[in-house]
Amino acid sequence: MAATVSVKNRRSSGPRNLTEPVGVRVGLTIVALAYLALFLVVPLAAVFGQAFQKGFDAYVAAIREPIALSALRLTLLTAVIAVPLNMVFGLVAAWAIAKFDFPGKSALITLIDLPFAVSPVISGMIFILLFGRLGYLGPWLGAHDVKIVFAVPGLVLATVFVTFPFVARELIPVMESAGIEEEEAARVLGAGGWTIFRRVTLPSVKWGLLYGVILCNARAMGEFGAVSVVSGHVRGKTNTLPLHVEILYNEYNFQAAFAVASLLTFLALVTLVAKSVIEWRTEKRTPGSVAEEQG
Amino acid sequence: MLPGFGLTFGFTLFYLSLVVLLPLSTLFFKSATLGPSLFWATVTAPRVLASYKLSFGASLVAAAINAAFGLVVAWVLVRYRFPGHRLIDALVDLPFSLPTAVAGIALVSLYAPNGWLGRPLAAAGVKVAFTPLGVMVALTFIGLPFVVRTLQPVIESLDPEVEEAAASLGATRGQTFLRVILPGLAPAWITGFALAFARAVGEYGSVVFIAGNMPMKTEISPLLIITKLEQYDSAGATAIAVVMLVASFILLLGINRLQSWSGRLASH
Repeated sequence: MAATVSVKNRRSSGPRNLTEPVGVRVGLTIVALAYLALFLVVPLAAVFGQAFQKGFDAYVAAIREPIALSALRLTLLTAVIAVPLNMVFGLVAAWAIAKFDFPGKSALITLIDLPFAVSPVISGMIFILLFGRLGYLGPWLGAHDVKIVFAVPGLVLATVFVTFPFVARELIPVMESAGIEEEEAARVLGAGGWTIFRRVTLPSVKWGLLYGVILCNARAMGEFGAVSVVSGHVRGKTNTLPLHVEILYNEYNFQAAFAVASLLTFLALVTLVAKSVIEWRTEKRTPGSVAEEQG
Repeated sequence: MLPGFGLTFGFTLFYLSLVVLLPLSTLFFKSATLGPSLFWATVTAPRVLASYKLSFGASLVAAAINAAFGLVVAWVLVRYRFPGHRLIDALVDLPFSLPTAVAGIALVSLYAPNGWLGRPLAAAGVKVAFTPLGVMVALTFIGLPFVVRTLQPVIESLDPEVEEAAASLGATRGQTFLRVILPGLAPAWITGFALAFARAVGEYGSVVFIAGNMPMKTEISPLLIITKLEQYDSAGATAIAVVMLVASFILLLGINRLQSWSGRLASH
């Protein structure tokens, strides 16, 4: 171990005290790796270990079960609706905030961040208060035979709410740092607003946009608390993959629960890889990338 | 002046109001129907107070654990190089991308009395699953990336000349770290702690499986909100939610303050 731990900024000349003694370096590295192993690697291994505990055939059977497949379809459907909506919003909001000056800008950014500060359970509950049978719009919806909560529209609304800030939050700093000189040059050369956006702005923020969309999608497909409140848990109808995992687990069908969970874990790992690739390509960690994920 | 401000600003306000502000406002309207005395009685009922104590207490301990180990992890990832360094750096974000329900069942299967970690712990007389300790473990998992990710860019931007100056003036490495490096890291460190804490307070999915959910003992506030909602006590549920929301707002404002403070320090 000692031989493999080297120091990045080591200089051959100069004072000796510029890094920690070898023993301390090795010790700190072991502490860090042990902590990450205990909290990240062991749970990951547990998911796949339990998913395959009854062999490969049982694993495939649990995933190909019709109810699991319908949960997968519903998860994809909510993501396909929620992610593009919030992507368009993110682009529009970032354009307004990054390219123009107006009073109350920081207040607006705080309001956009709001869903990150709200507990997922509360995010689901507000839609029950609005559209539930006893909610503010409940009687009207009932009279017109429209079902929103305990049905697919409620799942989509709750997902749109919890994933609301991701793309905007990622794009605002990227567009701000790009400045407006290039857009103004295009303007002087006679380009219209839409052409400027499509030909000048969009290419310069494409990695930031992709980064935001990837994070938004991961949250949309994995959201549990908010959709759990509005779902009503109707099998094969209003259960997304995370909710299906919960039901299987509560029925003590552990192997099937972990088999379905392994699909979501796979999605999480793909998300991490895509995220890292973008970070390495653009060689920077975006400043907002930590604060954005609370909630 | 670029075109499109009216259109984009208008759409931003419209979509924000429709998707976020309007639904959130129902929370305050609904809780107002209780009236002040009933509201106070609801949010100070013993079972509710016990849930606040657990949610805020366990979140505080989990954030403290992450602050301590997150500092070590961030330091090791920025300053040392070893095989698999990039892979491990990427893995730190796992709690952000892993669905919380998956984290929940993975943790309970590990720490249950017959689990990989639960069995040896039970032999040592420590019960984790279905106790407040289990809640803490889950909240530590979901808060893990915050401290690491807030500290990493700050450690990267530290000026090596300052450390060289301290060393050439005769400071030991320990003195340099405690008196020169750590004060520069403090704002980001506290910010990471606060972010991990804020996230943990509202967390639901990863906790419900491992908590056991016994009223007064291992019942977190978000679960109590769901319980009240299922009993058609939506006004009671909103009262608890309003208290949690106000606490998160205060935290969010504090975090924004901290971030502008650490931003100012970094720019000097």
